[in-house]
Amino acid sequence: MSARGTVQTRYPEVWKKYTPGQSAVRALWYIGIMFVAVWSVRHLDIPWFYFLDAHVQIMDLGTRMFPPLWSFIEVALPPLMETIHIATLGTIVTFFIAFPTAFLAARNTTPNTTAWLIGKFILVSTRSINTVVWALLFVAIFGPGPVAGIWAIAFRSIGFVGKLIAEAIEEIDEGPVEAIEATGASRLQVLLMGVLPQVLPVVYGTMVYRWDINIRESTVLGFVGAGGIGIQLYSSINQFAWSQVSLMLSLILVVVIISEFVSAAVRGKIT
Amino acid sequence: MSAETTAATTAQWSRPPLIKSTLLRHTITVLGLLYLVWSIGSLEVNWERVLDGLPRASNIFTRMFPPDFSRWALLTRGIIESLEMAFAATIVGMVLAIPLGLCAAGNLVPKPVYLVARSIIVLLRTFHEVIVAIMFVKIFGFGPLAGVLTLIVASVSFISKLIAEDIENMSSGQVEAIKATGASFPKMLLYGVAPQILPRYLGVSIYRLDANIRHSTVVGIVGAGGIGATLSATFSRYDYDFSLAILLAIIALVFIGEFFSTWAREKLR
Repeated sequence: MSARGTVQTRYPEVWKKYTPGQSAVRALWYIGIMFVAVWSVRHLDIPWFYFLDAHVQIMDLGTRMFPPLWSFIEVALPPLMETIHIATLGTIVTFFIAFPTAFLAARNTTPNTTAWLIGKFILVSTRSINTVVWALLFVAIFGPGPVAGIWAIAFRSIGFVGKLIAEAIEEIDEGPVEAIEATGASRLQVLLMGVLPQVLPVVYGTMVYRWDINIRESTVLGFVGAGGIGIQLYSSINQFAWSQVSLMLSLILVVVIISEFVSAAVRGKIT
Repeated sequence: MSAETTAATTAQWSRPPLIKSTLLRHTITVLGLLYLVWSIGSLEVNWERVLDGLPRASNIFTRMFPPDFSRWALLTRGIIESLEMAFAATIVGMVLAIPLGLCAAGNLVPKPVYLVARSIIVLLRTFHEVIVAIMFVKIFGFGPLAGVLTLIVASVSFISKLIAEDIENMSSGQVEAIKATGASFPKMLLYGVAPQILPRYLGVSIYRLDANIRHSTVVGIVGAGGIGATLSATFSRYDYDFSLAILLAIIALVFIGEFFSTWAREKLR
C-alpha cells in the first residue's frame, strides 16, 4: 500500500509539466507582464473613440489610394534613383570608416586598451542613434539634400558593420597569423596577409546585407530633408494626394523586395 | 638559395582573389567605378552649402556642449512615453503574431493560407517604421496611438516571420506523437508545437522589445509620440545643448535595453 502510494506521488495519473512552485513563479511573471502592459496603455491616454470609425477611415483611405496615379512615375522615378544612390554611396563611405574601426575594436588586433575603448565607443554610439536622428544632425550641418542623407546612412551603419567585422576578426584562426609573424613580417603585413584574407568574405557579406537595410532606411531620409524619395512622399502625404502616395509606396515595395533578393543572392555566393 | 630566387618567388605570389574569374572580376570593378561616377554626378548637391558644413559643424558642436539637462521633466516625460509605447506594442505584437506566425508555417496550414500569410508579412515588413508611422498619424491624428500602432505592425511582422521559420524547422516526431493520441488540431498546437517554439518565441519577443525601444525614439519625428518629437523640435529651434541631452538619454536607454535583452535571452537558453 505504502509502496503504491510512493509510486502514485512519483508518477501521478494526471501528468503535470510544472511543480506547484514553478507554476506560482510563472503566474507571477504573467501578472507582472500584464501589469506593465495595462499600466503602459492606460498611461498613454489613448483616445479609444478613434477606433470606432477606424475601419471607415481605412476604407476611405483605400479607395482614395486606388488606383495609383501611374503617370506620376515620371516625377517619382528620379528621387527613387536618388534614394538608391544614397544607400549605395552611404554604404561605401561606411566601409572606409568601419573597416579600420573594426580592427581597433577587435581584441586581437587592437594596438592597446585605449584604442580598443575608442573603437568600441565609436561602434556603440553610432549604432545607438537611428538613421533619422543622424539625418537631423547632418541636415543641420550640410543643409538639406542627399549629402546629409549619405552621411546619415554611413554613420548609422558604421556601428552595425564594424561590430560584425570586429567579431569576425576575433574569431579568426590564429595559425596563419603566427605563420606570417614567424617570417618576420611587420604588423601591417601580418594584418594584410594573415588577418585580412580570413575576414574578407564576412566584410563583403556584411556590406551587402547592410546595403539592403540601407535601401529601406533611405526611403525615409527625405522626411527630415535629407534627400531621396521621402521628400516627395512627405509632400504628397501632406497634400493628401493619396493616389501619388500609393504609387510611390508600390515603387518602394518593388525596390525593397528586389534589393533584398539581390542581397540574399550575393551573400549566398560569397559565404 | 640565392637572394634573387627568393625575390622572384615573393613577387610571383599574390593572395587568391575572392572572385576566381578574371573577366568577371574586372567587369565588376569597371561597372562599380562607372556606377560611382554616374551616381555622384546625378546627385543634386548644393556644394557651396555642403562646403559651408565644416564651420557649421564646429559651431553646432560647440553649442552642444555642455548638454543641458535643466529641462529634465520634459525629457523624462518623453522617455517614459517612448518606453510605454514600446512595452504596449511588444505585448500586443506578441499576441497578434501567434495566429499570423502559425498561418505562415508551411507545414501546418494549406498552401493558400500560407501564401496569404507570407504576403501579409512581406507587406508589413517592407515599409520603414517612419512611413508606417506617418500613415497612422494621418489616420488617427498626432500622438502616441499612431506610434504604438506602428510598433505593433513592426513587431507582428518580425515575430511572426521568425516563429513561422521556427515551426517549419521543428521536429515533426513530437507533433506526430500527439496526433497519434487522437488530439484535435488546437491540442496538437498546444502540446506538439508550442513547447518546441516557446523558447525562441520569448527570445525573439525580448529582442523585439529592445528594437521597439530603439524605434520608439524616432517615430515621434513625424508626430507619433515619444521623445522623438521633442528631439526634432530642439533641432529646428537650434537648441543644440538640449538635443545633446536627449541624445545622451536615448543612447543610455538603448544601451540599457540592449543589455537587458542580451541578459534575458542568455537566461532563456
